[in-house]
Amino acid sequence: MLLGLYNYWVVIVLMMVGFYIVIAHGNLIKKVVGLSIFQTSVFIFYISMAKVDGGSAPILAEGIKQYSNPLPHVLILTAIVVGIATTALALALAVRIKEAYGSIEEEEIQKKDNQIC
Amino acid sequence: MLTHLPILQVIVPLMAAPLCLLLVRPRLVWLFTLIASGFTFLISSLLLQQVMTSGTIIYELGGWEAPWGIEYRIDQLNAFLLLIISAISTVVLFAADTSIRQEIPADRHTLFYVLYLLSLAGMLGIVATGDAFNVFVFLEISSLSAYALIALGKDRRALWASYQYLIMGTIGATFILIGIGLMYQMTGTLNMDDLSRRLPEVAQTRTVFTAFAFVIVGICLKLAMFPLHLWLPNAYAYAPSIVTAFLAATATKVAIYLLIRFTFSVFDFSFSFTHIPLQILFVVLGLTGIFVASTTAIYQTNVKHLFAYSSIAQIGYMIVGFSVSTVAGLTATLLHVFNHALMKGALFLALGAVMYRIGSVQLTQFQGLGRQMPLTMAAIVIGGLSLIGVPLTVGFVSKWYLILAAIENGWWPVAVLILLGSLLAIVYVWRIVEAAYFKLPPDGRESIKEAPLSFLIPIWTLVIANIYFGVDTRLSVQVAQAASQSLFGVSP
Repeated sequence: MLLGLYNYWVVIVLMMVGFYIVIAHGNLIKKVVGLSIFQTSVFIFYISMAKVDGGSAPILAEGIKQYSNPLPHVLILTAIVVGIATTALALALAVRIKEAYGSIEEEEIQKKDNQIC
Repeated sequence: MLTHLPILQVIVPLMAAPLCLLLVRPRLVWLFTLIASGFTFLISSLLLQQVMTSGTIIYELGGWEAPWGIEYRIDQLNAFLLLIISAISTVVLFAADTSIRQEIPADRHTLFYVLYLLSLAGMLGIVATGDAFNVFVFLEISSLSAYALIALGKDRRALWASYQYLIMGTIGATFILIGIGLMYQMTGTLNMDDLSRRLPEVAQTRTVFTAFAFVIVGICLKLAMFPLHLWLPNAYAYAPSIVTAFLAATATKVAIYLLIRFTFSVFDFSFSFTHIPLQILFVVLGLTGIFVASTTAIYQTNVKHLFAYSSIAQIGYMIVGFSVSTVAGLTATLLHVFNHALMKGALFLALGAVMYRIGSVQLTQFQGLGRQMPLTMAAIVIGGLSLIGVPLTVGFVSKWYLILAAIENGWWPVAVLILLGSLLAIVYVWRIVEAAYFKLPPDGRESIKEAPLSFLIPIWTLVIANIYFGVDTRLSVQVAQAASQSLFGVSP
């Protein structure tokens, strides 16, 4: 039971680790890293569920009767692209924030904002 | 041509976006964007007309049949939302050229329009598609471009607001992705119509339960429903004025659409409301949202912040209508979606005009504006009255239907609370009126003139729509009613 669902345990652990980093860390780059880990766990989840017992890669060849489901793979290709775009945008914003505030620590940014108000 | 309308709706802005880069002159790009957006408006009007006369339109992408290929399915609800989004986008764009000249550096003007069109394409795509995974993709197209649009704001706080929105938005979208994955795992399909037929067979499993929870929480994050609204006020306050007007009037409406679509169509009504205590949860959160956000709005010194909090309160009304979960309640929600888009479009555009003339939207800067910018301020007053829900404005129509729906359901306390919530709106709208009409302008600001026509025309178009649809409710009520009846499976 435990070993059979090995992939899913990895998914859950990664998901929680990523989510925790996003919430708990104040450093903007670390937050982006956390977000990426969080998203990666979902990729693994999709790929795991596509696996069919005894199924081969979905390439048409002689002698193979059972194939794994290719659809989730395709879906997750799209999701990976989205993930890269998100990471790139977040990092670009972090660079601009560093230029504007001189810091990438959440606390310091918040402090500087409060001074103005 | 006519049979391809559902896909053209999305393709036109999607294709127009990269084409913008070829047109070098910003003014030309603006004109081109306006035409593209106007075109989507035309298409959505045709679609609505077609749907109202001959029923649901089904469009198969590339001719692949439904459960295998992606299908676009336009029923009354989709057509209604498409019309709102494309109409607001087009009206707001009229003022874009003037406004962004002041607020965005010249070398980024073209990129602004590219992002704007991508965001529009994403939102139209979310509404038009009938495929659950497609929803996620379009959601990310519209969100990613929205983050970048917000970061274009002059103030450095725009960057920070955009970053926070990005983190929250991505978590929300990933939650939706997990939910869709779990649904696919149980049913082997991504088509919404197919999902709705297959999900009841496995409805009692824990996986489906989890899928539902992930999808709903993800959507509520995008929706900025109290208490998941933390990203919204700053994102709206520091974005360029045009972006605020566009997003405030459309982005949360799209999320409301997703909420309705997933709870009523994909998961059926009995699953969402009897199997899970969604009703009590949403009515409590909706009402708390109305009161907390309205009270917070009263204490704001930045008028953009004020209206952003008021948006969260208005989302509360939509959620309450949704949680009544009768045909009448859902009609009220859909009406409020339409009406709130008109109000907030007008209000935020008017704030854009104030920003254009004064360069700030602090409440203290509004002193004496009633005499200096009479037409803009009159628009804010009418928009404010509409927010409160005064008769002869659209705000009255949706609140009226909402209260009727609550009473019909025997929810007297809820009806009373909705009325009390409107009283709070009077307070925050009054603060602006007081500053603008009963105070003298600060020294050295005597020479402020009325906003230019390129602002006044779109603002007053929306204001007049506010009054027109408050008096002649046939179109909005008829469509909203038809849409909610079809969601409940009642033949009209």
